[in-house]
Amino acid sequence: MILQKLVSKLSQMLVTLVGVSFLTFCLTYLAPGDPAAMLLEAGDTIVSQETLDKTRAELGLDKPFLVQYVNWAGGVLHGDMGMSYSAKKPVTDKLLEGFAGTLTLAAVTIVFVLLISLPLGIWSAVHRNGWQDYLVRTVSFIGVSMPTFWLGLIFLYVFGLKLGWFPIAKSAVTAQGIVLPALTLALYMSSKYIRQVRTVFLEELQQDYVVGARARGLSERAILWKHVLPNAVLPLITLLGMSIGWLLGGVAVIEMVFSWPGIGNMAVRAIAMRDYPLIEGFVLWISIVYMAINALVDLSYVYLDPRLKKEAH
Amino acid sequence: MTVFRENKLFAFYTGLVVLIVLLAIFAPYLAPQDPMAGNMKLVLQTPSAEHFLGTDKLGRDIFSRILCGTQISLFMALCLVALIAIVGTLVGVLAGFFGGWLETILMRFADMMLAFPGIVLAIAIAGILGGSVVNTILALLVVSWAKYARLVRSLVLRLRNQDFIQAAKIQGAKTSSILWRHILPNVMPMVVITGAMDIGTMMMEIAGLSFLGFGAQPPTPEWGLMLNEGRQYIQTAPWLMIYPGLAIFIVVAVFNLWGDSLRDVLDPRQE
Repeated sequence: MILQKLVSKLSQMLVTLVGVSFLTFCLTYLAPGDPAAMLLEAGDTIVSQETLDKTRAELGLDKPFLVQYVNWAGGVLHGDMGMSYSAKKPVTDKLLEGFAGTLTLAAVTIVFVLLISLPLGIWSAVHRNGWQDYLVRTVSFIGVSMPTFWLGLIFLYVFGLKLGWFPIAKSAVTAQGIVLPALTLALYMSSKYIRQVRTVFLEELQQDYVVGARARGLSERAILWKHVLPNAVLPLITLLGMSIGWLLGGVAVIEMVFSWPGIGNMAVRAIAMRDYPLIEGFVLWISIVYMAINALVDLSYVYLDPRLKKEAH
Repeated sequence: MTVFRENKLFAFYTGLVVLIVLLAIFAPYLAPQDPMAGNMKLVLQTPSAEHFLGTDKLGRDIFSRILCGTQISLFMALCLVALIAIVGTLVGVLAGFFGGWLETILMRFADMMLAFPGIVLAIAIAGILGGSVVNTILALLVVSWAKYARLVRSLVLRLRNQDFIQAAKIQGAKTSSILWRHILPNVMPMVVITGAMDIGTMMMEIAGLSFLGFGAQPPTPEWGLMLNEGRQYIQTAPWLMIYPGLAIFIVVAVFNLWGDSLRDVLDPRQE
């Protein structure tokens, strides 16, 4: 039963990966520019037609489109995503380099998100329809409607330039440099999160077991921390998983604003330089990571929710 | 009209939306200066009585550019949402009503689009095709229709076996007339609600792509692009990045509020 589910899930993921990579491959194939020329040309050197043809044959660029795709996909299965034109380095190296930066940023952001949204969301739920609730909801609405890159620029201007608390445009992974980008992302995500935390807690607070606990004279604090929180963990993990996927793929704008050496920043530059192998690798890599995280979230359910474990056996 | 009388808040937000739409339509007549006309004598002027929000690196009036930018942002976002709704509804109705292999193929495709972060592919598509207004809309359309297709399909599945559809079938109504007269009218309210709630989000994504350089191109007065241009002058001319962002924020906020209240009016079951 569980094996069957796993196989169907994995095959679905595989189909998605093939589809997404094929789509990107089509795009890069149709786009203008000769990859062989781009790989060889560095600066103003002029490359002879002979060398061009030779490189094209070496890279398999003279083959029909489908053969090229199959060759590329075969390489990916062996961990070879081709060479980046702009960096003259293997794509996998470039991806891992950028991914390290993005991963660090994502981890710090998630910590901030939890620190901001959990207390505020719970506070808002406990004081439902009170002034606290309205305050939190208003602030979270403002946060949702604010473009992240604008908030980032304002932070950069105020805290980086005017107050000089944080370095600007360092292009390196530093503890000081991570605060502003992580805070910007965290404020935006928390605005969405607070509402969801609030909804989850409101739902739990109306359950019979809470009424029962109150009837037995337990303090509100004990009910919240000992009984409600453990039950609210499960839906929160789904949300968290989804936002981690978003963080790992969709933060190009913030990485650009703060010159953060992450994978999004790298992808934007790769697109500007028409570095097709790197773009293909980027889209594939992000899709893999995103789906892997979603799968992990699904799996964590089985372990965290005893009811599901029973069903699975 | 009774809708407005009974829902004061919705009436208020609708008024704001109408105001924005009017501003967008009449922007070229309202703008004090030509948004495209540079003046090298007036480069990077601080906000003043003459140039209410300052000027940019080419001496263009920021206030006029932001005002005219309303037209572009609104036009792009509305086009995009309409296209997504049409494509999504079409796919959802086809899949839900006809079922079979067509449903399998369409929904597998939709699942595929939902299984990975769309913005990554949107960046790749818009970037590779080359930044332009049309390519931005195309890129976001490719990655956003699937949500609507799923929604519409589930609605159609629920409708398909209801008595009035069965009755129409037995009476010998043509498939096309069942689709147009019975299925679509019942599906549209949810699609409109979802679409209205997505206008703000789409506006933000369009501005984001433009900010990255994969959307509208200079000298278009598009807000995301203006922020991108202003970014380089953050030290010397902060007004270049403050006001376009403020414009995005206000318009997105108004549309989000309006979308939420429209849902409350049309679909009062949800909280």
